[in-house]
Amino acid sequence: MVLRLLNVEKHYAVADQRVPALNGVSLDLGGGEWLAVVGRSGCGKTTLLNLAGAADLPTSGHVEIEGVRTSSLDDDALTELRRRRIGFVFQFLQLLPTLSAVENVELPLQLAGARRPRGRAVDMLEMVGIAALADRHPHQLSGGEMQRVAIARALVHGPGLLLADEPTGSLDDEAAASVIGLLRDMRERLGTSILMATHSPEAAAAADRRLTLRDGRLAAGAPAPGGPE
Amino acid sequence: MGMARAVLLFRLIVRPMVRDRARALLTVSAVALGVAVIVAVDLAGEASMGSFRSSLESLQGSASYEITQVGGIPEAVYGDLARLEVPLAFSPRIEGFALLPGTGEEVPIFGVDLVGDTTLGEAGSRPRPDVSELTDAPSVWVTASLGVSPGDTLPVVAGDRRMDLLVRGVIEPSGAGAGAGRFLLVDIALAERLLARAGRLDRIYVHAPPGDGLDWTERLVPHLPAAASVLPAGTRTDDNRRMLRAFRWNLRMMSYTTILVGAFLIYNTITAYVVRRRQQIGIARALGASRAMVRVAFLIEGAVFGAIGAVAGLLLGRVLAVGAVEAVGGTVSSLYVSSTPGEIAFSARTVATGLVAGLGMSLLSAWWPAREAAGVAPTEAMARARLDYRVRAASRRSAVVAAALAVLAVGFCFVPPVDRIPAGGYLAPILLAAACAAVSPRLCASALAAAGRLLSPPLGVIASVAARGLAASLGRTSVIVTAMAVAIGLVVSMGVTVGSFRETVADWLESRLKADFYVSPVADGGRGAASTMSEDVAARLEAVPGVVDVGRFRTYPVRYDGSPATLGLADVDLYRRHSGIDFFDAPAPETVWRALEAGEGVIASELFGYRHGVGPGDTIRLVLGSGPVDLAVAGIFYDYSGERELLIADRRALLAHLPDPRLSSAGVYLEPGADFEETRAALAQVLAGRGVEVTPTRAIRSEAIRIFDRTFTITYALEAIAMFVAILGMAEALLNLVYDRRSELALLRMHGASLAQVRRLVLVQAGLLGGLASLMGLALGAASSQVLLRVIHKQSFGWSLPLHWPVGFLAAMLGAIVVASVVAGLYPARVGARLVPVEVLRAE
Repeated sequence: MVLRLLNVEKHYAVADQRVPALNGVSLDLGGGEWLAVVGRSGCGKTTLLNLAGAADLPTSGHVEIEGVRTSSLDDDALTELRRRRIGFVFQFLQLLPTLSAVENVELPLQLAGARRPRGRAVDMLEMVGIAALADRHPHQLSGGEMQRVAIARALVHGPGLLLADEPTGSLDDEAAASVIGLLRDMRERLGTSILMATHSPEAAAAADRRLTLRDGRLAAGAPAPGGPE
Repeated sequence: MGMARAVLLFRLIVRPMVRDRARALLTVSAVALGVAVIVAVDLAGEASMGSFRSSLESLQGSASYEITQVGGIPEAVYGDLARLEVPLAFSPRIEGFALLPGTGEEVPIFGVDLVGDTTLGEAGSRPRPDVSELTDAPSVWVTASLGVSPGDTLPVVAGDRRMDLLVRGVIEPSGAGAGAGRFLLVDIALAERLLARAGRLDRIYVHAPPGDGLDWTERLVPHLPAAASVLPAGTRTDDNRRMLRAFRWNLRMMSYTTILVGAFLIYNTITAYVVRRRQQIGIARALGASRAMVRVAFLIEGAVFGAIGAVAGLLLGRVLAVGAVEAVGGTVSSLYVSSTPGEIAFSARTVATGLVAGLGMSLLSAWWPAREAAGVAPTEAMARARLDYRVRAASRRSAVVAAALAVLAVGFCFVPPVDRIPAGGYLAPILLAAACAAVSPRLCASALAAAGRLLSPPLGVIASVAARGLAASLGRTSVIVTAMAVAIGLVVSMGVTVGSFRETVADWLESRLKADFYVSPVADGGRGAASTMSEDVAARLEAVPGVVDVGRFRTYPVRYDGSPATLGLADVDLYRRHSGIDFFDAPAPETVWRALEAGEGVIASELFGYRHGVGPGDTIRLVLGSGPVDLAVAGIFYDYSGERELLIADRRALLAHLPDPRLSSAGVYLEPGADFEETRAALAQVLAGRGVEVTPTRAIRSEAIRIFDRTFTITYALEAIAMFVAILGMAEALLNLVYDRRSELALLRMHGASLAQVRRLVLVQAGLLGGLASLMGLALGAASSQVLLRVIHKQSFGWSLPLHWPVGFLAAMLGAIVVASVVAGLYPARVGARLVPVEVLRAE
């Protein structure tokens, strides 16, 4: 099992009040599996991804990534876990504006102290189909191209789990379809498990399984493919 | 302005300031420190100036003129004047210094005509002795602050005499500051004995009827000896003020540097606000706020910083002034004229200077960001990077502007001084700083790109991200680098100048003071005073075994071309024998000595030559005791003894014009191999009971260097404050950078950057800022030190100072700056590391 959430709760303190974001969420994600979590804005999708990505810790319950319980790790170990085993793709703020495309892709390898990361970064850009744009800076790329760079960066270090938060949210239909196609292709070639938060029915339809999150709880049953969230 | 607009402005300005308390506080502190330094230097200057003016003027009363003569006015002249049938009153004066052995304090002692002088009453509560009091025992009247009472015996040492004086009364001088009221008053007859004036008066004050509007100068001249001069009363004070002006201007200019550094900080703060609030500005514009309103809003923000900072600075300046008075007062006493610090008092001018500096600088530095804010169109509210793009685009043109400013700076170095103030010299470093500011974006961009490449291999990708983060905020990066460079430039230029100066003075002391001991009256009254000792002191010294030569030296205050100078009479044959003079411009030394010994020539200090435009071969006319005497300038010599113009002539040759054989000091030369301590003891023994002291030359040298170092204490303090403000600015700039780029930091964290890596990123940025600023500051400082040495010092003080690089000091200082920069980065680094990536990303 790549990812396991056991009765996870997450509360935030807002103006001295406890606001629940996730309430008793449990789920499993197997190796090479693609799971889409759908739901309205504010239903807790991003919180779920943050917990699954070891970027945050649950208030109660457990998150296990490849058998390691995140709540038992200190910040350094969490960082190490993210650095080695997890890749992130966001809707906005994907790339560092001061780095070129290839430099952005190299970043996780460099942060982990890898030697000669350039070759792997270029290979990865090749794989996502934009090797020709390697030296361009983010402001010289289209939204779809930027998202491809972000996917390349999320996968360059060979993570077991890719977390994608609304990866098509800011793209037009054509670019969105292309990004979903790329994710599918990458999953097949690299065998990476994907946990994707989305409110796009088209994107959700590409996943193996779909879960609906409503007010911080997983709704019983999966929605019909292409159906209302 | 309508209520609604006022509310809008409040929301735009005050609320963010309150929210951004830490940074608002940093900015206000910078303004406050800048204003405080200006105010403290101003207050200290006034207090130090006020004191000596008051101590001399307190006894001057309402005199309109003063009569003086080199070597003293024959007493008979006073009698002749008193018999003239003119509506004038005359007050004779003998002035000197007395040492109070009880406390070790030196105080002015004035001899006045207690019996016949009718003008004394206006100078304060006049002593009213009867004649028996003046004949019974040596009597003295003291000012209350000296703490002695009528009936007490007050031992004093004046000239080379010791005497016990009987305190007859306590007087309160009118119109004098508190610190000025410490002096002794004796009858003129006693003063003559005590100070060995032998029938000579130092000056005679002339009191004309109030409002008679007549110029009595010409009418008095026929009744005076040819050697006497009539000058407006207070000329001496004016001379001193004039002499001190250059010193005060230099301090003032330095004090302005801190506010200049503070101005960069305000610019940076407001720019950061503008960049951060682009969206709000855009929304306000979309909702109908005019460009003018936005501009005014940010100008008000600058004004608020300026006003709060200025008021705090005034208060802080008053506190700092206490230390500054001590430093400035010490310098004034050692280098210019004996003085006791006066009271520190706020004048309207000081307050206005502080407020104008604080508010003016703040408004000026807010102007550009305000303009930038006003330029935000409703549609481009989201474009955060625009300002930085503009700076980058403008950097090519800026290089041309920088070159033009540098050329202009060089041009200003050739502008002659205006009324002895090196205005061109002061402008040149400002223009150089402006050139630095103009070229800074371009230099920073190139240097950061190179630094990113160089640092990546050893420090990893974090170094590259750090360098690029700074380059991406080029507008603000270059401003903070310039601010720091200006502060560092100040420290470097002063370090080089003071280091060169110190080295030069040390060499000069070594070559000038060739004797092994110097003997002088205990109460020498500091600079500008003329205490003397009997010539037989020298004769006694010559008789001591082991002594090979005794050089006699006498100084007289003289005037040349309307300004005061000191005429030193020395035994020139000893200069010849011991080569105690280094010439700046002269023919062969032998020719010079021959001219001096013939009584036909003088040698002039570099300052004298520079101020009066005279050189070897020129003739100057001095009015000496016998009347006008023409003397040929035989050579120009180096002199760093102070800011007094100095002339040296042969003592024996000039005895014809100045027959008083008393000495100001004597230099004792020992035989080779003579035992130093034994001879010293023997010298002390033959002088026992005389009010003179024997000082080993090495003690004089080390005392001179101590005074030198004390003189620059305030300079170091000013530099330290400017540097501190710059470091504050850097901490603030880094904080801004962390806040503005927090989403990038969050992304890095999400992609596996550890807390240590984020901290390192901010610290690398701090180190880069410090390193860049150090390099630029070093260049600016090197250029400015040339201006200081070759233009400002030359024009202010007439000194040629060869350049000495204080390499150790500079290396230590630059190292310390980089370390201080990194320390300044610790807090921003902590803030950066504390950012919770999840929260940042959610907020974005």
